[in-house]
Amino acid sequence: MILIPLSHYLVVAGLLLVIGIFGIFMNRKNIIVILMSIELILLAANLNFVAFSGALHDMVGQVFTMFVLTVAAAESAIGLAILVIYFRNRGSIEVEDVTLMKG
Amino acid sequence: MIANLAFYLFSFILLASAVMVVTSRNPVHAVLFLILAFINAAVLFLLAGAEFLAFILAIVYVGAVAVLFLFVVMMLDVDFTAWREGFQRYAPIGALVALVLFVELAVVVAGWTIAPGASAARMFPTPDNVTDTVALGSLIYTSYLPLFQLSGIILLVAMIGAIVLTHRERKRAKTQNLAMQHARRPEDTLVMVSAKLNEGILPEKETL
Repeated sequence: MILIPLSHYLVVAGLLLVIGIFGIFMNRKNIIVILMSIELILLAANLNFVAFSGALHDMVGQVFTMFVLTVAAAESAIGLAILVIYFRNRGSIEVEDVTLMKG
Repeated sequence: MIANLAFYLFSFILLASAVMVVTSRNPVHAVLFLILAFINAAVLFLLAGAEFLAFILAIVYVGAVAVLFLFVVMMLDVDFTAWREGFQRYAPIGALVALVLFVELAVVVAGWTIAPGASAARMFPTPDNVTDTVALGSLIYTSYLPLFQLSGIILLVAMIGAIVLTHRERKRAKTQNLAMQHARRPEDTLVMVSAKLNEGILPEKETL
């Protein structure tokens, strides 16, 4: 089934992961873009799973991708809910302001 | 040949829109580029032979998660001018970490081979004569049923958690108090009065 070499998929997924991590470092002022970067990182992981599943003709990679998608959806829903109540309490979403729990 | 061309085109758009997600000034644009990235990743899934996951990605991610991001971005009245502060300050360290990570990944990808016993170690080889959706469905409803149910429970917990976190009582709303309604007895509010003939009942004589 697979026509594309596996290493091409790996390069694309690696670049996507690096872009996501770079995004976490760059956007220290808003949690929304950090959550989007986490979505990109999980998408890179899913791309790797699917590429290996296609290359090795094994269905388990696709099953695991479904579980990763589930957890990623739950994570972003909870993260956005926390973001909404944090904005409601503080009036900003800057990550560097989150020092309330420092002793 | 066509597949190779499509792969390069869509992976280029995927990476370009991922860069735009990270660096765009307007967060609404960032969410829209995230949607574009998900669509292109779905095409890459299709090219790898995972049709069901491609449609899941397009429907669930673009339809639900990205729209959730869009709602939150538009609902929060965030000052967009202060959005980019600290961008230059963190650019060098971010670029350094990204470069180190990319070099490590490049080393891994360059010197990588499939182990000889890999194809023998497969748990569930892809069946040849059925579609991807049938193969995936016959796997997650048999061998992976407990994990599948568990992922449903994770979604349920996330849903309840999100509702509990963001729900707030509105002070002026008129709501029913069910316990008070159930505790109401007829003798607390109702008085039986025997009215005399041709006299009726005067309102001030009522004993409540």
